Amino acid sequence: MTARTLYDKLWDDHLVRQSDDGTALIYIDRQLLHEVTSPQAFAGLREAGRQPRRRAANLAVADHNVPTTDRNAGIVDPVSRLQVQTLDSNCAEFGITEFDMADPRQGVVHVVGPEQGVTQPGMTIVCGDSHTATHGALGALAFGIGTSEVEHVLATQCLVARKMQNLRITLTGPLPEGIASKDMILAVIGLIGTSGGTGYAMEFAGSAVREASIEARMTLCNMAIEGGARAGLVGVDEATVSYMAGRPYVPSGSAFDNAAVAWREMVSDPDAAFDLEFELDVSRLRPQVTWGTSPEMVVSIDDVVPDPENAPDGNRTQDWVRALEYMGLESGTPINQIPLDKVFIGACTNGRIEDLRAAAAVANGRTVASGIKQALVVPGSGLVKRQAESEGLDEVFRNAGFEWREPGCSMCLAMNADRLDPGERCAATSNRNFEGRQGYGGRTHLVSPAMAAAAAITGCFTDPNEL
Amino acid sequence: MDPFIKYSSIVIPVDRSNIDTDAIIPKQFLKSVEKSGFGDNLFDAWRYLDQGEPGEDCSDRPRNEAFVLNQEPYCQGRILLARENFGCGSSREHAVWALRDFGIRTVIAGSFADIFFNNCFKNGVLPIVLPGADIDWLFNRDLSDEPVELEVDLERQALTTDDGRVYRFEIDDFKKNCLLQGLDDIALTLRHENEIQDYETRRAVEAPWLFGDLPSTDRV
Ligand code: SF4
Repeated sequence: MTARTLYDKLWDDHLVRQSDDGTALIYIDRQLLHEVTSPQAFAGLREAGRQPRRRAANLAVADHNVPTTDRNAGIVDPVSRLQVQTLDSNCAEFGITEFDMADPRQGVVHVVGPEQGVTQPGMTIVCGDSHTATHGALGALAFGIGTSEVEHVLATQCLVARKMQNLRITLTGPLPEGIASKDMILAVIGLIGTSGGTGYAMEFAGSAVREASIEARMTLCNMAIEGGARAGLVGVDEATVSYMAGRPYVPSGSAFDNAAVAWREMVSDPDAAFDLEFELDVSRLRPQVTWGTSPEMVVSIDDVVPDPENAPDGNRTQDWVRALEYMGLESGTPINQIPLDKVFIGACTNGRIEDLRAAAAVANGRTVASGIKQALVVPGSGLVKRQAESEGLDEVFRNAGFEWREPGCSMCLAMNADRLDPGERCAATSNRNFEGRQGYGGRTHLVSPAMAAAAAITGCFTDPNEL
Repeated sequence: MDPFIKYSSIVIPVDRSNIDTDAIIPKQFLKSVEKSGFGDNLFDAWRYLDQGEPGEDCSDRPRNEAFVLNQEPYCQGRILLARENFGCGSSREHAVWALRDFGIRTVIAGSFADIFFNNCFKNGVLPIVLPGADIDWLFNRDLSDEPVELEVDLERQALTTDDGRVYRFEIDDFKKNCLLQGLDDIALTLRHENEIQDYETRRAVEAPWLFGDLPSTDRV
């Protein structure tokens, strides 16, 4: 049999039907739902008189609009409130399990899925959300879809798709002390560009990936979409199998052992061919910071804000000029001298327990700089929050002057009350620095959790190792 | 979905690459639970000088006259022209709904992000990829002369300019037929229900753990 990549195996395992025109029907094992991209899908089902094909294959959680302050007051904004209530009523009507706003398991959908073991190796997983790529860290084929496709999966448990191509990013290490997987993925996007992975499933391989924790792998896969790839992937190893054990939705006993045998197959064969490959030696990687309005506009902490004249081509020069103008930055300014207004630690990129530990280690015994108007720590889920509190991380953050919040998407995209005001500059552990992403006129710089904490302490971008 | 019919229109040039879906429709408009009504907020942050709110009447808002959608005759256009990686970022289908509600049925770009590209076809919007040189030509013609008018003929897979240049474009047959006939994907898939059933039966034997029920609403 010819050697296959992990993606090839996942594809083959889920192929229901292949048409002559190149399209295929693939089976979807799990669908995750959230309040923003599902209402129109449920409305479509209702209009057509259809029912979900497999209720038990779906899990819903409200995350984008939920307040991160006291939940007892409910949601103040009536439009946000209606959207969350619509999810509640749709799930009740169609018999779909939902972790509602009051549920301690509630959180960002991409943190909740793996945490609960809803995400498992070898599965196909979709969600009306581009960061579904995150779940690929467990050796699953996971990708974002639009609302029409959400309805399609609800009704048929399948998707019409065309096979993507195979891309492998090999990260060779060792990763230096204090450098995070966030730094690796930002460097990868800087290397391949935001459309470098378009049309591909992006597998991460190499010693630096093997040595990375499962949570760190999730950060890599989370931002595969920022490199253009709908799906990120990491092959299953023993770390993956042990991560799965004991999670609520994972089988136990002999069923677990049987599943684990199948999961261990979820790796690319050693001689499998990839359509495109990149390799990056991360052994001298420095902390990364984005300077512009696209994740590919990234430099290291030791650099200066670049000159648009040095952009790779003429069209990019225009984009860079516009980005600098929006960001209120001048070429030549040292990155570590840019003053910040706010800091955001959280999101499906970096809202897991290891991320909070890394940030807390930097914050411990220090104080947020007086120039920082707000430094938010938003756990990725209620269970992450609970774990962090049991380790005393909330105290560390509070004592340093950070705000400790309830879980949700929060200031990653500012659909709730957490946002930047026009012109404010933020060091964020999220994944997108687009114009207005964190609030109208807001300026976002993407960084690792340790760097975000260090930036809160000094008021400027700072190498956390030098604090 | 309305069938895609041959039409001609002015081209709206938006000379940027990496136009993300946050720019096409900012997040505050995603709070709607409806599938239409997004047209006034297409490119909201670029089109208006203030910050828009959902449900707001846009007719009195201060406009950014420098933005092409606020200029005659482009505001009448039904074809959008952009550069590389159009529609990157979030999966929000609202981006396509906003384009469609504005009246745009065709987007021409150097390349598209995958999710956006797929979302277009679900809503009767045709995304067309042209080589960089052709995109350059269209932008330059607009700058140096007058707005370009194009005829979009999906059946023949051809774009024809007002001065007779013809650009051929590629599209996959399945998607082409769905657009031309305005077909409902779900109904098409349900024609293969037996095959889905067979797959489930087979898979439930190979990988029974995939078919266990998710625990219901009990809290931990
Ligand atoms: S945390 Fe941010 S990127 Fe992740 S799902 Fe929420 S809004 Fe999207």
